[in-house]
Amino acid sequence: MEPINKVVSVITPLDRKNVDTDQIISKEFLKRIERTGFGQYLFYHWRVDADGNEVKDFVLNDERFKDSKILVAHENFGCGSSREHAPWSILDYGFNVVIAPSFADIFYNNCMKNGLLPIKLNVSEVEELLANGLQHASAVEVNLEEQTVIGLDGKRYSFTIDPYYKEMLLNGWDEIALTIQYEAHIASYEELQRA
Amino acid sequence: MAKNIIEKIWDQHIVYEEKGKPDLLYIDLHLLHEVTSPQAFEGLRLAKRKVRRPDLCFATMDHNVPTRNRDAIKDPIAKKQIDTLQTNCDEFGIPLANMDHPDQGIVHIIGPELGLTQPGKTIVCGDSHTSTHGAFGAISFGIGTSEVEHVLSTQTLWQAKPKTMEVRITGQLGFGVTAKDIILAIIAKFGIDMGTGHIIEFTGEAIRNLTMEERMTVCNMSIEAGAKAGLISPDETTVAYLKGRKYVPQDCAFEEAAAKWLALATDEGANYDTVVEIAANEIEPFVTWGTNPSMGSGISSHVPYAADFDSESDKEALKKALVYMGLQEGAPLTSIDIQHVFIGSCTNARLSDLRAASKVIAGKKVHPSVTAIVVPGSRTVKQQAEQEGLDAIFLAAGFEWRESGCSMCLAMNDDVVPAGERCASTSNRNFEGRQGAGARTHLMSPAMAAASAIAGRFVDVREMQATLV
Repeated sequence: MEPINKVVSVITPLDRKNVDTDQIISKEFLKRIERTGFGQYLFYHWRVDADGNEVKDFVLNDERFKDSKILVAHENFGCGSSREHAPWSILDYGFNVVIAPSFADIFYNNCMKNGLLPIKLNVSEVEELLANGLQHASAVEVNLEEQTVIGLDGKRYSFTIDPYYKEMLLNGWDEIALTIQYEAHIASYEELQRA
Repeated sequence: MAKNIIEKIWDQHIVYEEKGKPDLLYIDLHLLHEVTSPQAFEGLRLAKRKVRRPDLCFATMDHNVPTRNRDAIKDPIAKKQIDTLQTNCDEFGIPLANMDHPDQGIVHIIGPELGLTQPGKTIVCGDSHTSTHGAFGAISFGIGTSEVEHVLSTQTLWQAKPKTMEVRITGQLGFGVTAKDIILAIIAKFGIDMGTGHIIEFTGEAIRNLTMEERMTVCNMSIEAGAKAGLISPDETTVAYLKGRKYVPQDCAFEEAAAKWLALATDEGANYDTVVEIAANEIEPFVTWGTNPSMGSGISSHVPYAADFDSESDKEALKKALVYMGLQEGAPLTSIDIQHVFIGSCTNARLSDLRAASKVIAGKKVHPSVTAIVVPGSRTVKQQAEQEGLDAIFLAAGFEWRESGCSMCLAMNDDVVPAGERCASTSNRNFEGRQGAGARTHLMSPAMAAASAIAGRFVDVREMQATLV
């Protein structure tokens, strides 16, 4: 995966809570056998109506956020299905960061394996970002090394992240290659089980 | 020190631990299906890696498979995915129950049925409803495709130790109240993210009284409570279910295994990070009215009012949900008409589920405005049901009787609810578009769904059952 550290971009304010992975990527788009090409289907049924027309008031169709790399939403983002197609579609669409007060566990893990940075801020901070984002199309700078989100107005938020995951994201490491270094431990565990 | 079952199983599976790192956890059973595995196998091939323990893997085809006319899959992309799983299993030596295999079925139905699922195991699958297997006292959780690849290659996963939560269901269930109602009531009471970062152990008299199939229904929807996994300590019910199954130890070895399994049960006086409680006698047959599984109420109730909620975001979520669902605040649940009934899914497509539904509909007719289908959870379930004559009861009532698979639970195959139409469903998710773009899903038990099929609207199944007793 690609390493990630600094991202500067206008934020896309998705004013919803409990955004489930069925909304992020609907099941009819899960049949591909590749990891790529899912961006065009991100939030498909919120972006496009039943007649195939753009839903004008959906935030991803708002010109101001066209080049955004940072998605912001309410609590429990990514709940539901384990489909990794969800982070694949978010990344492929052009986002590198998702900010929310909380994430569902499987989605959070899946982000870490793909270089998509999930940032947890507290509820009031996220509400502030969303309100600013909706009103002014405001930009922020995300810095993973420093664990900060800084608004271009100077407002500073800091976040926590497990040091193991931070290292992985900063370096874009292949986790399997790392684990293979523990082969002796795995083999001896198996030996004990057989005994 | 007294330990709960979650701590016991976790500690037994640590391959490597180091401060500041997640634990490297050994995985005992890796279940695979066609939708979330192709990219993982492709990753292995690109990196020239092998499957470390094909003997600890088991694959089947369920998400995409048609439930009728199996020989001619119309969707070429779905067909390719199914063919790809066959090729991958052949190439890497992984046991596979393909569409023609007698053991084929929904992955979470066949694991227990075959006895692959056993107490004390760590079990993963690229599917969030892997929590189902927790019913046996296993730590079982859904993973993404990158983690599927990681397990294929190393038989391990890096996992931060989750917190533990006890969900205690005290007392006894009332007449006509089922396992599905328990789990829907828990999620409605404590919220869709109550379990985030936790593994739940379900305890209490009401849980002890459940059969294994009912316990699977409860654990299945742990993920709908946001939990990493859900489980139940093994007891004699667990042991009796497993005895004689295809992949469990036989004879003396079984007795030895059973003793080990029973010793995994949570110790007297063990602690949890969080404890919540619900009284079984406050639970009634449940129906969801909204667009996530926490948006549900007892059948005697009504769609809530915005005024019932404190926070602005909850009021807003209710409004959005009701617009999607085409419902009004305050509408009695029994006033809601339906057009479809789906009895199936890894939540409720086992033999006991089909029996419960068939009892309600025997000798009656599906309402003329309703299309109703039964999709048995596995080929084995289907065969057993047919031996008991359940298929004849369903067919006589006007239900369709299909081949096994995930089907209308997520509508990846042809089994789709049309936009704007309403489905009484025994599945696990009522998210927008889950059963088809614009489709409206209401979750409930098999008996409730069956009763709705007859009435053409939601009814309190207890009224129908009372006349059957």
